[in-house]
Amino acid sequence: MTQKNIAIVDYGVSNLWSVLKAVRKFAPGAYITEEKEKIEIADAIILPGIGTFKAGMEGLRVRGLVEVLQQAAKKGTPILGICLGAQLLLEKGFEFGEWEGLGIIKGKVVHFPDLGDGVKIPAIGWQEVSPTSTEAKRLLGDTDKPFFYFVHSYVLEPTNPESVWATTNYGWYTYCATVGEGSVMGTQFHPEKSADAGLALLRVFCEGGSL
Amino acid sequence: MRVIARLDIKGPNVVKTVQTEGLRVVGEPAELAERYYVQGADELIYLDIVASLYRRNLDFEQLKRASAEVFVPLTVGGGIRSLHDIALALGAGADKVAINTYAVHNPTFLKEAAEMFGSQCIVLSVEAKKIGDNAWEVYTDGGRETTGKDVVEWVGQALQMGVGEILLTSVDKDGTKEGYDLGLLRAVSAISPVPVIIHGGAGSADDVVRAAKKGADAVSVSSILHYDLATIPDIKNALAAEHISVRI
Repeated sequence: MTQKNIAIVDYGVSNLWSVLKAVRKFAPGAYITEEKEKIEIADAIILPGIGTFKAGMEGLRVRGLVEVLQQAAKKGTPILGICLGAQLLLEKGFEFGEWEGLGIIKGKVVHFPDLGDGVKIPAIGWQEVSPTSTEAKRLLGDTDKPFFYFVHSYVLEPTNPESVWATTNYGWYTYCATVGEGSVMGTQFHPEKSADAGLALLRVFCEGGSL
Repeated sequence: MRVIARLDIKGPNVVKTVQTEGLRVVGEPAELAERYYVQGADELIYLDIVASLYRRNLDFEQLKRASAEVFVPLTVGGGIRSLHDIALALGAGADKVAINTYAVHNPTFLKEAAEMFGSQCIVLSVEAKKIGDNAWEVYTDGGRETTGKDVVEWVGQALQMGVGEILLTSVDKDGTKEGYDLGLLRAVSAISPVPVIIHGGAGSADDVVRAAKKGADAVSVSSILHYDLATIPDIKNALAAEHISVRI
């Protein structure tokens, strides 16, 4: 087990306890923080989820964390975004208006298309995730049942097809389940809430250093 | 189809009521939460059933302990009446929050909450009591207070406010093990573009299968598990045997 400093960023709208207790299984030194300095010194950063795009970016801005995260990505610090945390990595979001994201990965975050009668939005439940990149295969490789928990109304649309590291299906619709570029990745699903499959992914992230 | 285990909390205990009364202690929150997680529950619901009635917050430290070994989503409700309360719940083990009493008296709170935490985090909890053929009245404060509101109208209004999921509890069926109120499920599902979780009355895996076939997006169970009538795997196997997709 590693003793890495993993910073879980508190920007005001996240399920912090759920993320911390899952991550601490593999990185006992993980901590929740909203302070720049504690993010700058981290070996790896987790940007947790819940919240709307607007509230999330405002939460980062008022804490002065936008640039810190952009710099950390440039430096090559491993970053894992979860759900909204993954969406914020992109350039733009369209939830309750149009908002600038962190712009670490090119692309936008848009509402699900109309999937027809009887297909409920938000999409809530367990969906199979298919890795399309070697990075995602490594992260998901530990599990023979790659079912993860999704709960969302907005989807990741990265500009570069190579940024789609894994896909999933809801109704007839296939979309991005994991976005990534270099040492930065984001999962639309919640690994901290995806039982053994999710914990396996977090273990690889916590122990793996750079991706 | 999601199979959800529900824990009704009073003080330090998990309790089970019959028609929201006649309360009986069935166990300890952390122990039961972990047991149902290990059994394979897709989610857990943790509801403090007296917080609203006594106008107090739920015990966040107890919630932290109860959620310590749970790695599936946890919806938490009971006495939530501010954005700060939601942040506290999310900081103590909740992934979604269920809101009933405060929303009934302050519907726009649902909109504020959805704009901050996202629709997917805000679950409308509805306690419905049958008052006629195809008519149900909204109750609050753990099934104790009447409101004069029609369930279907209220759900419609709450959907406008941006709630992302509906936890629909039948006050009449609660704890009876007679099966879900499928009429109630049908009436609410008919107007809801968001997922509906039905609760109240399941006494067997067959009851769950019936609700799934009537269009429930998720089923919530408590007595079945507390009284060892069936396990989560029993329920999921019964669903799978009817070709209803479940995570096993």
